Amino acid sequence: MSLLNDLTGASPALNPRAVLLRLGAIGGLVVGAAGAFAYVGGWFSPGTLTQARIVDRFERVNGPHPGFRRNHAKGLCLVGRFESTSRGERLSKASLFAAGQITPVTGRIALAGGQPYAADAATTVRSLALRFQLPDGEEWRTGNNDIPVFPVRTPEAFYAQLLAAKPDPATGKPDPEALKAFFAANPESATAAALIKERRITSGFADDTFRGLNAFQFVAGDGTETPVRWAFVPGQAETAESAAQTARADKNYLFDEFETAVRRAPVRWHLVASLGEAGDPTADATRPWPAERTSVDLGTVIVTATEAEADGNCRDVNFDPLVLPAGIAGSDDPLLSARSAAYAQSFARRAGEPKAPSAVHDVPAAGAGL
Amino acid sequence: MNFNRPARLLHWTMAGMILAMLFIGVAMVTSLAHYDALVALHRPLGIGILILAALRLVNRWRHPPPELPADLPGWQRQAAHASHILLYGLMLGLPLIGWAMLSAAGYPIGLGGAVVLPPILPRDPTIYAWLRPLHTMLAYALFGLILAHLGAALMHGLIRKDGVFSSMALRLTTPRSR
Repeated sequence: MSLLNDLTGASPALNPRAVLLRLGAIGGLVVGAAGAFAYVGGWFSPGTLTQARIVDRFERVNGPHPGFRRNHAKGLCLVGRFESTSRGERLSKASLFAAGQITPVTGRIALAGGQPYAADAATTVRSLALRFQLPDGEEWRTGNNDIPVFPVRTPEAFYAQLLAAKPDPATGKPDPEALKAFFAANPESATAAALIKERRITSGFADDTFRGLNAFQFVAGDGTETPVRWAFVPGQAETAESAAQTARADKNYLFDEFETAVRRAPVRWHLVASLGEAGDPTADATRPWPAERTSVDLGTVIVTATEAEADGNCRDVNFDPLVLPAGIAGSDDPLLSARSAAYAQSFARRAGEPKAPSAVHDVPAAGAGL
Repeated sequence: MNFNRPARLLHWTMAGMILAMLFIGVAMVTSLAHYDALVALHRPLGIGILILAALRLVNRWRHPPPELPADLPGWQRQAAHASHILLYGLMLGLPLIGWAMLSAAGYPIGLGGAVVLPPILPRDPTIYAWLRPLHTMLAYALFGLILAHLGAALMHGLIRKDGVFSSMALRLTTPRSR
């Protein structure tokens, strides 16, 4: 019996050489398993773009704003309902589209960007995020922007654009050379930027159109899938942003006007789905679908109240675009999974941070008590 | 003496599921392209592991495992005992913490189709911020423990040849009754 056999408690049938070989094999297997785990976890590929790096870049570009969303940081909560027209019933089995169905909705209007205290500005992209609470715990969460197409096609382009569009502290504008290089490397983004620049800017949130931008699939009861892109189209007529509005000293004029509008009367948006046809891009959010595509009015979102961000309301909701009920599914658009991942990262970080009040407070009712 | 057949079936089924689960978990937190698909697998697989772990614990109570060999050094006996308690704790605890943390975050916990689990904790981001890193830390601990378990099992099977490994081995053909 050798020392090795004694130490390992090896069977007397094994000679020391065999023990050594077997020990080596066991060690190799254990180290190999650990290595495979590290490989899958990305330890050997530090250059890969991850959700943590995307959120890191938001923090770098915008500076630290603990407790706030890393993007669409300035917002206001809303409460309301969705009333189905029943026209979506044949396209999607999601219960909210059934005839006569009324679904409770909460949500958030916000301005794009990671600055929670930025003054409202006409050209800042506006967003409408909604959370539909279906029976039996199902939810549909969706984030929508008031632009015709998304500025980038891939997560990598998004990451590059964040830095290229970062305002230079000296001029307050992005470095033109960096933007030029970005557009040269991502020509689809140059085309999209032109479409976005051409958009009509409305007077506020209530008369604005918000688009899902990414393609999704509606799944009918019989399994039929239809590619869709949706928009929330205002119930009220659009009016253009006026010079008087833009010149206002109120840093929250867009939010304050929305609060006032909701207090006067419920604000409505029609949920309109555009049905994709063969050849329409589902994996490229920078390209619009042809305007003549069939559109279906699925129902109306009716906002009946607003609420400043606080514990437990929209502030603490991650509007992950892939929180979907049965009957709505993601598409092959690479942005969807990346958005889901990055939103979760942003949510996890801010969840544990101390909270500061939002810049947008509840507006006292005009004339109250008089 | 061997583990009974349900114990062996549960062991090897769960070995595959837990390893898959750990690899999915470590991949999804750094994968933009497959994040959604991996998370969609992670949730039902976790609940599956929770259910099987509970079944396994019941089976273990009703059919105690075979004794370890009498000549096994005391420290190895204690290590085996402690690691099995930890393995059971983590097999049950990790899915429960995952379920609890998603509840605290206010996410609907979809298992596929229209099936959504009810929350087991009130919605509270502060609790989520505490449970989320705990879930990761304990998952790493479980992976480390599984590596130690694998190494020890192979030591028994290949070097000590003392019947411990074969007591859990899955035989494809049922042994002829004596």
